[in-house]
Amino acid sequence: VDLSLSTRTEGDRTVVEVGGEIDVYTAPKLREQLVDLVAAGNYHLIVDMEKVDFLDSTGLGVLVGGLKRVRAHDGSLRLVCTQERILKIFRITGLTKVFPIHATVEEAAQASD
Amino acid sequence: VSTVELSFSPLPAHVRTARLIASAVARRVGVDAQVLDEVRLAVGEACTRAVELHRRSGVTDLIRVSFSDGPTRFVISVEDCARAAHPDVPAPGGDALAELARTVDLDGDDALFEPLPAGVGIAVIGELVDDLDVDVTDSGTSVCMSWPLVPVATTAPGDLGAPSTTQ
Repeated sequence: VDLSLSTRTEGDRTVVEVGGEIDVYTAPKLREQLVDLVAAGNYHLIVDMEKVDFLDSTGLGVLVGGLKRVRAHDGSLRLVCTQERILKIFRITGLTKVFPIHATVEEAAQASD
Repeated sequence: VSTVELSFSPLPAHVRTARLIASAVARRVGVDAQVLDEVRLAVGEACTRAVELHRRSGVTDLIRVSFSDGPTRFVISVEDCARAAHPDVPAPGGDALAELARTVDLDGDDALFEPLPAGVGIAVIGELVDDLDVDVTDSGTSVCMSWPLVPVATTAPGDLGAPSTTQ
């Protein structure tokens, strides 16, 4: 199990579907993907984490970095996650207040600020 | 008391190996299934911190992890050999997490994708583990954490799914 990444477009949003484990070893790959998307002008991102098995603080750092980068362009970064074990680390770090977290990609795609 | 030990070079790829061993040993010794994810995350955070400290200070020595089950607790200790001062050991009380939320609120700076504020890893472990002891010495840091063991239910021999008692 490594990290899998795929991207697609939903209306004016770009969906990044992440699978596997986001940790100190794989996080640079996710970081690079987010950097590339923003550099290419995709400022409204949805990161779908439903297939993520593991997320640690290194992964949170990358998501926070992505959030800062899209915000610099008045963009948005929404998360899709219903897995309790992943939500837990957002909760204990207080980042549930920072990231909009949705139950489905459809819900995230329709949400507005 | 039985013990499993792991030593690994400070490479990010090995942190996953440490998590896998932590899960396997924890499951075998009878840590409640509900907290296996917490064990995995706590060990991952402790090892990630150790790897980053070693790399930052150019130390190639091995990081040592030990897993021991006593009569009532499952104890994991992660020891690094980064001898420099350790400013990333946070004061108790979740200051690092408050700092994290504060940092995220600051937008518009150029410091994109910087690592999370120092100490977040240890602070996360502190939120997950009731019993955490961070000991900074001249030779490095020892992060020691433990979880209660579920009392072993007496199962009749031949029960399906009964764990092997081979030691």
